[in-house]
Amino acid sequence: MTPSDVTSQQSLTQRLANPTRFMQLSGTLMPWLAGAAAALILYALYLAFFVAPEDYQQGQTVKIMFIHVPAAWLAMMGYALIAISSFGYLVFRHPLADVSAKAAAPIGAAFTFLALATGSLWGKPMWGTYWVWDARLTSMLILLFLYFGLIALRSAVEDEALAGKLCAVLGLVGVTILPIIKFSVDWWNTLHQPASVIRMDGPTIHPDLLWPLLVSAIGFSLLFFALHAKGMRNEILRRRLRSLTIAEVDRARGASAAAAAG
Amino acid sequence: MSAFWTLLKRDLLLQVREGGAVGTALGFYLVVVTMMPLGLGPDLNLLSRIAPGVLWIALLLSALLSLPRIFEADDEDGSLEVIATGDLPLELATAAKALAHWISTGIPLALLAPVLGLLLNLELSAYPVLVATMFAGTPAISFLGAVGAALTLRVRRGGLLLALLVLPLYIPTLIFGIAAISAATGGPSGVQASFLILSAISLFSLVLGPVAAAAAIRFQTQ
Repeated sequence: MTPSDVTSQQSLTQRLANPTRFMQLSGTLMPWLAGAAAALILYALYLAFFVAPEDYQQGQTVKIMFIHVPAAWLAMMGYALIAISSFGYLVFRHPLADVSAKAAAPIGAAFTFLALATGSLWGKPMWGTYWVWDARLTSMLILLFLYFGLIALRSAVEDEALAGKLCAVLGLVGVTILPIIKFSVDWWNTLHQPASVIRMDGPTIHPDLLWPLLVSAIGFSLLFFALHAKGMRNEILRRRLRSLTIAEVDRARGASAAAAAG
Repeated sequence: MSAFWTLLKRDLLLQVREGGAVGTALGFYLVVVTMMPLGLGPDLNLLSRIAPGVLWIALLLSALLSLPRIFEADDEDGSLEVIATGDLPLELATAAKALAHWISTGIPLALLAPVLGLLLNLELSAYPVLVATMFAGTPAISFLGAVGAALTLRVRRGGLLLALLVLPLYIPTLIFGIAAISAATGGPSGVQASFLILSAISLFSLVLGPVAAAAAIRFQTQ
């Protein structure tokens, strides 16, 4: 079988297992991805500020939603991406899955923080306080903690290969328990206060507001993928550099040993 | 299966004969609960209202303190590697060790809780539910905690990291434990529902915990 035959029989994920091929593909896609993300986000901001009407109750603050909702959505997608990558790494030993999980964690944490920060900025004029122990806010905060745990575990384990495996275990445990946490926080909230405080999905139904929101969501998703691909590229380059440095040190050590022997 | 019981018996014997660990956890529990009235003021009505929460959170922290010991000593003297390469599946071995942690730490803490409830003026009707929920909920603490202990096994100063990893996973246990107690003292929901969900969470972690902990240990002892 010629190499091209082998390649044609492989699925996309198998073909991307070759880091060089991934670097080529992501290198070509990167400018388009980043450009499209920038264009869509700018267009969404234009729509949000100049086209979308004010909400009759929320006034100008409704515009925060155009960043808040995509950020919250991507925060959850980020963890799903980590879980899928962890599964791919533990089960299929896909070499790029660990790189993907590592790159996704800080980006997901950043979007979670963005969702929490924009939410609390919206909450101050609307609810009169920056923070309410509402079920949604609480579960997003816990999601942020899970991201912190993943990042902390990875930075605490010195052996990189081992850190990847342990983080994959933690990622899968986290995604298994996440629905239970979400459910229990919902229960906890409804136990203590009536669920009438937040009607975030009220205004989104109107098409004048929905359209900019969709554009914004697509733009921010592209931004997420662009950042994720960039993070993966950086990580691959960093690992290459590391193995080259180790090889260099080994060679120098061998040379000095040979000189000492000679 | 006899290997499972042998391992369980060995861990329990070690806990008893080494001493220290269980007493430390109990002492920590006592001190933390004592700090609460000092910080919040001696108002008995207030204490009575927050007693279930204080008892549960202090119990989580006390159990957390003893989690690293589940695997640490065995890893230091190399017996964990022997266990990992032995006939008993590592999943069952981690289950035995987590079970030993529950029996040696979870049960004593759950038994101490009603005594500490007296200090906090907990309502009389809440005592049976308090003990029942703690018996039903503490297995989740040991079995989910075993995952954290296994993940941070060879991390230097892993204790703080362990807390960061494990405490978010304890949230469902905490919520339903307190929901059941507040239901017993006149809360809106039923005791039975919260209690059953709490038991379900414990059973769930009984399955998830040993598998994840075994995977984490296998990666580190290879």
